Amino acid sequence: MGKDGYIQRKKSIRCRQFIFYLTLLAGFSSFNVLAEYGDVVLNRNAELNDMRPVVFPHWFHRIRFRCKVCHHELGFEMRAGSNDINMGDIIDGKFCGMCHNGETAWSVDNCDLCHSGKPGLKTGIHGSNETSGPGRW
Amino acid sequence: MKATSFLTSLLFLLSLNTAQGAPGWKALTNDEVHDPTSPAIGILQEPATALALLPSDTSGNRVSWIRALRERYIQPRTNIYPETEIKVLDMDIIMELTGEMPLVRFPHKPHTEWLDCDNCHDKIFIEKVGANPVNMFAILAGEYCGRCHGAVAFPLTECNRCHSVDRATFTGQPGAQPEKKVSELIN
Repeated sequence: MGKDGYIQRKKSIRCRQFIFYLTLLAGFSSFNVLAEYGDVVLNRNAELNDMRPVVFPHWFHRIRFRCKVCHHELGFEMRAGSNDINMGDIIDGKFCGMCHNGETAWSVDNCDLCHSGKPGLKTGIHGSNETSGPGRW
Repeated sequence: MKATSFLTSLLFLLSLNTAQGAPGWKALTNDEVHDPTSPAIGILQEPATALALLPSDTSGNRVSWIRALRERYIQPRTNIYPETEIKVLDMDIIMELTGEMPLVRFPHKPHTEWLDCDNCHDKIFIEKVGANPVNMFAILAGEYCGRCHGAVAFPLTECNRCHSVDRATFTGQPGAQPEKKVSELIN
């Protein structure tokens, strides 16, 4: 290999290194904008009854309970929107009411703490693959 | 070289910034889910307050939930009813129909540490190797693995976390691998 060829090869390696670092940089800077919470919005009944939609934050609950507690013991189906939950059930101690009874967690008279969503939001999972991933665009 | 060393130092500074957990998590007032005028704002815990204390990850909600559990940063309850049986299974499934991608290794252990068998079997996956026509299109549409991954577990952009077994060097049989004894149940 001649000297020119050597220099050219060195240049192309440098170019590749540059692109590599640029890609890394792009990845790092996206850190600040892409946090996914897996918040579930429940709005089947809420706004029909003049309440804000309910926001269920997965991140908060999974620090305290494993998935199996709610999705196995309490009977929550693993698809947002497929659980027909009403306040009657909750007051009777079913679903959220298993813990939200004033003993383990706040009781049902703290309406606004659960009914805290933006008006007009549809039932479903927010802040997840539906908004920033390749899933459902 | 100057350009790369400049970029390296910039990267270093950026990583320092992110290591301090600066603005990684959106506040409830601008997460586009909570109503900023709701009386709950200020009472509900902010995500950054809790998540910044947990081991970090590079994707999803930036928390390695598996490490958080195994290294006991968190000790979430396994059951409410005392009679509920806690089942943990340490058995891998190797899936070979992955086109040109590396084989998929599905580890039951980290899944059963969080979930019960009946969360997936047989509602999402039939409990039989080869009985589930899993494919990326269905997963991306929120079926099979996509029911959780991308929503509450690491997102589908993390190809290599599942496609983790090199086809050329894998010498075993695809499908169910020998079951290992669960040495320690994480409580």
